[in-house]
Amino acid sequence: MTQQAAGGNPANTAGFGPDLAEVFGPSQQDGGPELVQLLTPEGERVEHPDFSFDLGDDAILGFYRDMVLTRRIDTEATALQRHGELGIWAQLLGQEAAQIGAGRALRPQDYVFPTYREHGVAWCRGIDPLDLLGLFRGVDQGSWDPKANNFGLYTIVIGAQTLHATGYAMGMQRDGVVGTGDPDRDAAVIAHFGDGASSQGDVNESFVFAASYNAPVVFFCQNNQWAISEPFERQSRIPLYQRALGFGFPGVRVDGNDVLATYAVTKAALNRARDGQGPTFVEAYTYRMGAHTTTDDPTRYRLSDDLERWKLKDPIARVEAYLRRNGIADDGFFAGVQEEAADLGARLREGCRALPDPSPLSIFDHVYTELTEELEQQREAFAAYLESFEGAQA
Amino acid sequence: MSTKITLAKGLNMGLRKAMEDDPKVLLMGEDVGKLGGVFRITDGLQKDFGEDRVIDSPLAESGIVGTAVGLALRGYRPVVEIQFDGFVYPAYDQIVCQVAKMTFRSQGKSRMPMVIRIPFGGGIGAVEHHSESPEAQFAHTPGLKVVACSNPVDGYWMIQQAIACDDPVIFLEPKRQYHADKADLDDTATPAPLFSSRVVRRGTDITVLAYGPTVKTAMAAAEAAATEGRSLEVIDLRTLSPLDMTPVYESVRRTGRVVVTHEAHVNLGLGAELSARITEQCFYSLEAPVLRVGAFDTPYPASRIEEDYLPDLDRVLDAVDRSLEF
Repeated sequence: MTQQAAGGNPANTAGFGPDLAEVFGPSQQDGGPELVQLLTPEGERVEHPDFSFDLGDDAILGFYRDMVLTRRIDTEATALQRHGELGIWAQLLGQEAAQIGAGRALRPQDYVFPTYREHGVAWCRGIDPLDLLGLFRGVDQGSWDPKANNFGLYTIVIGAQTLHATGYAMGMQRDGVVGTGDPDRDAAVIAHFGDGASSQGDVNESFVFAASYNAPVVFFCQNNQWAISEPFERQSRIPLYQRALGFGFPGVRVDGNDVLATYAVTKAALNRARDGQGPTFVEAYTYRMGAHTTTDDPTRYRLSDDLERWKLKDPIARVEAYLRRNGIADDGFFAGVQEEAADLGARLREGCRALPDPSPLSIFDHVYTELTEELEQQREAFAAYLESFEGAQA
Repeated sequence: MSTKITLAKGLNMGLRKAMEDDPKVLLMGEDVGKLGGVFRITDGLQKDFGEDRVIDSPLAESGIVGTAVGLALRGYRPVVEIQFDGFVYPAYDQIVCQVAKMTFRSQGKSRMPMVIRIPFGGGIGAVEHHSESPEAQFAHTPGLKVVACSNPVDGYWMIQQAIACDDPVIFLEPKRQYHADKADLDDTATPAPLFSSRVVRRGTDITVLAYGPTVKTAMAAAEAAATEGRSLEVIDLRTLSPLDMTPVYESVRRTGRVVVTHEAHVNLGLGAELSARITEQCFYSLEAPVLRVGAFDTPYPASRIEEDYLPDLDRVLDAVDRSLEF
């Protein structure tokens, strides 16, 4: 069955409103004309009528460092998986700008609901990258305290966290921390998800709830073009950001490989939410340069040409080009960041290998806030069973 | 002060008391606000506590439970109403994967003090999906607690105790009892702990285990059996997860015989678990195998024959006879 036969836009829409192909335009490989961009792939600053980058070059140096270190976390973790130290790793290669831009737009009082790939956002929130490895090594299911950095645990079930984000935002409304005009008080929530998740019922329900209650939540979708092996076109026949309008709130498509634009757009969306103007959908148009996870093999389903084309839009290379061309940073700066990355890599390698396995009896901890009598009996029996082997092993 | 109340009234009063006691308690669900719920359990609460605390939700069960997770993470104590038992399944992922596991996967750093109220069971002549008993699916899920009230006084106390609990509680309400019998409520009394079973009728010949709507059935059976000189002990389980087996074992060791009755399907239902535990712990006291009286292992039938499908007084007595003759 061809795409057209499967549900292409019919040429004749008489009586059903405008031709959808005219409304949405043809499929646009590079994001289309509505893509918000402030730094071109060549490293040139450009203006946009609605969004501007309001920080100085120091901030851009910081973003560069964030992105390089985030990429190092990712490549190091990928290598650790290859060495058998991690069971699996979800790579973010290519999505550094989307995550650092979004992460740096947050204020301390904002709250983040991540997927399992938000390593860059975690970095911005001050989560020790070593803590991210525990889940993938299999020694815990997320060891950080969500309340300490307002950064929730990674969520594996696709899209489930968008509802949590909306509910959390409804809680903020009830706490009176929305629309007070005090920048240190007003807060918002950001919900991360991907193009695959946009098909989930929970994500669509979260849009309905957020719109209905005008909840202060930013839906930040990293459209990295691939849901494991399924291309974006399998999830949507229209640009994702345009879906938002149907739910009753604005959507915008930003160049997800442009850290300046991602920062500016996310900041504006968060400000809307904090001011009490409700939800916004941000589609960060990017590309998953690596595999879905370390168990995936993208050569089975996509052309290497595709990857080569996106390499030209690398989020880090364009910032480096900007910094060098304008004399903002010298070789010393770049060498310093590389050295820092090498140190971080060494710390992760060492730290990962030293992460201890939990004790078998910890299985029973925190199933409930207090151990039930039933579980206490199971725990005691299991402890006695384990002890029964001690003599035999000697 | 003692007042005569129905189960619906008891639940309504209990919810009101919980909301008065703790400003973090919120109610959310379909039609719970202005309408007061399709069964009127939340009647008048939005008027008194406002739309921020009694929230009419869009028609999406996963959305209701999923947003309640977020509210709980923010420090609220959401009490959500699933309008009918058969409508809980769209929320199943959120309940089983998110609500039930949050405390565990965060190693206690995040808690889910949430109550999910579900009117359950049949006998109201409803169309399909309105009469089901899905409790085993939740009792099978570690991380959830599951309770079922059977009478107006328990309704009043148990809903408050469930809301005060820091673990997520599936709260099952026998819908056919909502507006049926009245009971005297003394709101100055001290209630039994939430996760405890209770002997509601003393007897010597056989132990009948019931919960929710079948407690009434079991009590009627005991009354009828008494006229034939048979003494039935009836235990209202009240808590389905965790189970409170101490009064059950104590009873079975005296009577040696057990009949379990519930409206849910027999296959892999609560009766199967109760039977297994009783066999493990009271093997030498048993005079007969544990017998189960429940719904047949079929989908819920059209309502004109639902009374044939549901366990009733005669089927409980039939099982009692079989046990005593064993």
